[in-house]
Amino acid sequence: MIEFFSTHGSDLLYKTGEHIYISAIAILLGILVAVPLGVLLTRIPKVADSFISFIGILQTIPSLAILAFFIPLLGIGKFPAIIALFFYSVLPILRNTYTGVKGVDGNILEAGKGMGMTNVESIIKIELPLALPVIMAGIRLATVYLIGWATLAAFVGGGGLGDFIFDGLNLYEPSLIVAGTVPATILALLAGQILSIVENKFKPKGWKEIQTN
Amino acid sequence: MLEFKQVTKRYNDEKAAVKGLNLKIDKGEFVCFIGPSGCGKTTTMKMVNRLIDSSEGSILVNGKDIKKQDPVELRRSIGYVIQQIGLMPHMTIKENIVLVGTLLKWSEDRKDKRAKELIKLVNMSEDYLEKYPHELSGGQQQRIGVLRALAADPPLILMDEPFGALDPITRDSLQEEFKKLQKELHKTIVFVTHDMDEALKLADKVVIMRDGEIVQADSPEEILRNPANEFVEQFLGKDRLIQGRPDVTTVGQIMLRSPAKIDVGDTMRAAIAKMRERRVDSLLVVDSENVLKGYIDVEIINLNSKSNASVYEVMESNISPVFEDSLLRDTVHKILRRSAMYVPVVDKSHRVVGIVTRASLADIVYDTIWGDGLELEKPVQQ
Repeated sequence: MIEFFSTHGSDLLYKTGEHIYISAIAILLGILVAVPLGVLLTRIPKVADSFISFIGILQTIPSLAILAFFIPLLGIGKFPAIIALFFYSVLPILRNTYTGVKGVDGNILEAGKGMGMTNVESIIKIELPLALPVIMAGIRLATVYLIGWATLAAFVGGGGLGDFIFDGLNLYEPSLIVAGTVPATILALLAGQILSIVENKFKPKGWKEIQTN
Repeated sequence: MLEFKQVTKRYNDEKAAVKGLNLKIDKGEFVCFIGPSGCGKTTTMKMVNRLIDSSEGSILVNGKDIKKQDPVELRRSIGYVIQQIGLMPHMTIKENIVLVGTLLKWSEDRKDKRAKELIKLVNMSEDYLEKYPHELSGGQQQRIGVLRALAADPPLILMDEPFGALDPITRDSLQEEFKKLQKELHKTIVFVTHDMDEALKLADKVVIMRDGEIVQADSPEEILRNPANEFVEQFLGKDRLIQGRPDVTTVGQIMLRSPAKIDVGDTMRAAIAKMRERRVDSLLVVDSENVLKGYIDVEIINLNSKSNASVYEVMESNISPVFEDSLLRDTVHKILRRSAMYVPVVDKSHRVVGIVTRASLADIVYDTIWGDGLELEKPVQQ
């Protein structure tokens, strides 16, 4: 064990950093795209359902295959890895944003509109804050999954903890596989915990207590 | 203030929800729209702040066509209260009250000041400003809902069954409070309700609608007195029409027309004879012009046994009559409060024209309770 850390210690730290970097960028991109898209879909309910199921179908494509498809298009390295992971982060966030915003009490929206809120004001001041718990749950889910999937980045030369796993596979060295898997799992659990704390922090006070009631 | 000109609303070319509606509402007027569900009352109200756009005709607020105004600006200048209250659960009471101020980009100071001013209007303490809506009772929440509509001091406020979801006791006290508030602030109110009691209690003008058309638009008294047609009568319900009757009946309609009188110059002997003849224990004393001077009764006669004295010497002149055209309900109170046996009725120049006795009140009470016989047994139509 000690021997392992002395030979691979700095490498492990570096790869973990890379892993976090890849996942974080992918999630951020996912949020930037999926949240506005989810809100937009609530404004065009006719296409919303079919659009979401379409994305759902895309998502069933095995992740390894997606990565493989991206090689001819985007080459290898971190970039295609991030894009592929981003692709998977969209659905949970999109679906939760859509459901969350749709679930906002229509009476509250009517009151807002009746008082002279513009569409944008209504989204920013009412719909997003009230949908936030649901959206955050989607982000948390996406993050936890993504950290696991990010090990696949190594497959296209994206780096991260996946490198250990692939090396371990190639060299028949179980300790390397464990060295990649355990930190990835810990990262995923940790990220889930941190996000649920953040989620609670951002939940407006009035809202928090309604939900516990 | 607010004017509807030939306003029609059609949804997808179907039957019109509102047909050629014409109505003028004055500044400071409290107007209740009432009718069965689907009569177009809510649609009519929502056309005013353009939550629904009219298909034809025009609506003028302060002489300006609302179609020519930006809907967002328009809504910010009109107060709006809905039945489900619709407070923002994630905002404090203060933020809720001054929401329109936030939209209008008021400074924090101004919002603070306004919120404090407003919460005083409904007798709630400033502590509430920092609370969240779910910490308040339903009645308190709707008080905040009303304050929210008042925040930017709009001259016109639309209310969509604002007290409909409250329990009867809370509703009652909120209605009273609100009516008082409206009189103080002199706002023009358009109020939609399906509760006739509420409409009659609050409104200066009740607009009864059916199938997208106005059936009758009048003061509550006028509607009770002269329902436009059978529909209005049914909608009011027999019950209310009868209850409404003492409100509008004048004394002249129910008084007895030949009270026992005696001339002021007559003697006591004559008075006693008159009492025996009419089988009464009390006489109204009048002069030659039939003007009321006082009264005389057995008790007074007993105390003054000199039968030669004139009525004028012994009569009791402390008597307050009611006028022929005053409302019965005031008279009823007078009689009951003073525990008087009767009240003389006079015309404008104080000439005696009749009398209302406790016995005639009994007739009214009987009528009120039993109505015209069996008709009351029909369920009251809402």
